[in-house]
Amino acid sequence: MAYIFQQSLNALQLGSIYALIALGYTMVYGILTMINFAHGDLFMVGAFFCFLIAVYLHLSFVPTLLLSMLGVAFLGVVIERFAYKPLRNAPRVSAIITALGVGLFLENFTLALSPYPKHIPQLLGNTTWTLGSLSLSSLQILIIALSLVLMLILDFIVQRTKAGMAMRAISWDKTIVPLMGVSVDKIISLTFAIGTGLGGAAGVMYGLAYPIIDPYMGIMVGWKAFICAVVGGIGNIRGAMIGGFILGAVEIMVAAFLPSTYRDVVAFTLLLILLIVRPYGILGKPQPQKV
Amino acid sequence: MKKSLILIILLVILSLGIYGCGGDDSSKIKIGVIAELTGDVPAVGTSCKNAAEMAVQEINDAGGIQLGEKKYQVKLIIEDNAGKAEQSASSAQKLITQQKVTAIVGPNASRYALPAAEIAETSKTVLITPWSTAPKATLDSKTNVSKKYVFRACFIDPFQGGVLAKFTLDNLKLKKAAVLYDVASEYNKGIAEIFKDVYEKNGGKVVAFETYTTNDKDFSSQLTKIKQANPDVIFLPNYYSEVPLQIQQAKRLGIKAPFIGSDSWGSEELVKLCGADCNDYYFSTHYAADSASDTTKKFIANYKAKYGTTPDDVAALTYDSFGLLWQAIKTAGKNDRQAVRDALAKIPQYEGVTGNMQFKEGSGDPVKSAVILKIKDGKFTWFANAKP
Repeated sequence: MAYIFQQSLNALQLGSIYALIALGYTMVYGILTMINFAHGDLFMVGAFFCFLIAVYLHLSFVPTLLLSMLGVAFLGVVIERFAYKPLRNAPRVSAIITALGVGLFLENFTLALSPYPKHIPQLLGNTTWTLGSLSLSSLQILIIALSLVLMLILDFIVQRTKAGMAMRAISWDKTIVPLMGVSVDKIISLTFAIGTGLGGAAGVMYGLAYPIIDPYMGIMVGWKAFICAVVGGIGNIRGAMIGGFILGAVEIMVAAFLPSTYRDVVAFTLLLILLIVRPYGILGKPQPQKV
Repeated sequence: MKKSLILIILLVILSLGIYGCGGDDSSKIKIGVIAELTGDVPAVGTSCKNAAEMAVQEINDAGGIQLGEKKYQVKLIIEDNAGKAEQSASSAQKLITQQKVTAIVGPNASRYALPAAEIAETSKTVLITPWSTAPKATLDSKTNVSKKYVFRACFIDPFQGGVLAKFTLDNLKLKKAAVLYDVASEYNKGIAEIFKDVYEKNGGKVVAFETYTTNDKDFSSQLTKIKQANPDVIFLPNYYSEVPLQIQQAKRLGIKAPFIGSDSWGSEELVKLCGADCNDYYFSTHYAADSASDTTKKFIANYKAKYGTTPDDVAALTYDSFGLLWQAIKTAGKNDRQAVRDALAKIPQYEGVTGNMQFKEGSGDPVKSAVILKIKDGKFTWFANAKP
């Protein structure tokens, strides 16, 4: 029993990080119907900001987290302004290729600075509590709690504020919304800032949980988070959260009860089946093509 | 139109640049190095590059290699394989066909050494891998007979896996082991399987045999499973960039069993990334910097003076690879790929910085001993020797 509970905690930790990153994919898709493939690398940049701030500015956890989020959000807005905006009316393939290019640029730029894996110093005292054979670490609880708080804040912004309403409106119909006096550019920038900022937060938390970071760390995690976003129904914010927790749970539980070699095979087969049953993802709705 | 014109002009300039680098180097012996300078194990590649540059500088400062009447300087050509198998193969191809090197040293990690070795063998060019311990690197992929042109400067995994299994049973007296290894990497997989085999044949029990794939950062599921199996010791035959994560996560999950490792731990980066978490654990490797012969001491002193760090095993083995190569070229008496290969295979006994070695009859694997090191306060200290 303790074993299952321990594995569930592991799953929650991994899932909350996936969910945070998946949100960035889904928000950008929702508003621009474009997949920002550089998002995984922005997540990596978040972890590197955390490293730089912790090592060179010696700040404590909260300012490190906020500064890293701000830094990544700013970078996200800049990338949108200079790389994606000129392509807003270009074929979608061009935008995707640009996103891939931006991702490669971020990877190789970080690589050029230093190819060595970096070690993020411990920003928080880490206590481990043992209850019978169950081990709870303060870090694990912090990651899960903080991710949930961030997701609740996001949900509040999107569902209850004017800016959130504008975001939802743009994702509904991009041509009508500007006629209502909403500045589309501003809302798109805001979406990028929030989406990439969450990716940056995920980078910081990932860096705390797995404190060895390298320029390629965003590739695999980014792909997995993208899958989470698709499984949850791309464009749907709550779907991305659910998708993240599902993938985290599947990955951990497959390795927990089957030989760990089969983890990815089983995990992705399950996801494929899920997509066959629900092609638009768990919360996604089919969008009829208008002819 | 304008843009494509610029592109074409750029391409032409670039290709001219590549072509222009040819030059006349007939009075030089060219040696290629393929190293993991970027990618997942850059510390390995950097050590290899440093030691290679040092070995070449030493021989050039001494006037070069005397072949017949003439003294030849050595020209070193270093290629980065970016930590990719396919780039290792293309680097080998480039060195052999474009640069026309006499011999190649590297790559180091087995997963990169294997593809490069295939190319070297088919092109009949000597390749010495300093650090690849996977048996397959020197064996023909189809017939399992020894390759003719591929050599190495280190011992092989069956030997290392066996040494570690016996050390755990006999010296540490720990009878229940768990293994966590990267199933996607030749080296980790090979050594884990041999460890399990020898450990169980000698009376130990492997209670958990868990895997992950390269670039994974979360091992919580596997480690929770290992904790459930309650082992006396956990064997991690994985690379230095992953081991600290595994040990730290294990401790966070409340695992108290000690860890042991293989020669992939032997980088100073391990201690940097791991901090105090890796103290008091053992691993097997190729040489110990603190208990050394005069040859070794001289090498360590020179390396420290040049680069400011203690050479790790990759540096020492790369230096030995070059030592073997110089001796083979001198014995061959000419700058010819085939002659160098024949001379290398027949080297009677070579006293290197990682100990004495000699190639087994008709094989590229040397006979040499291993050492067990203990990590004490962030330093690698000698603990025991293991003879072949």
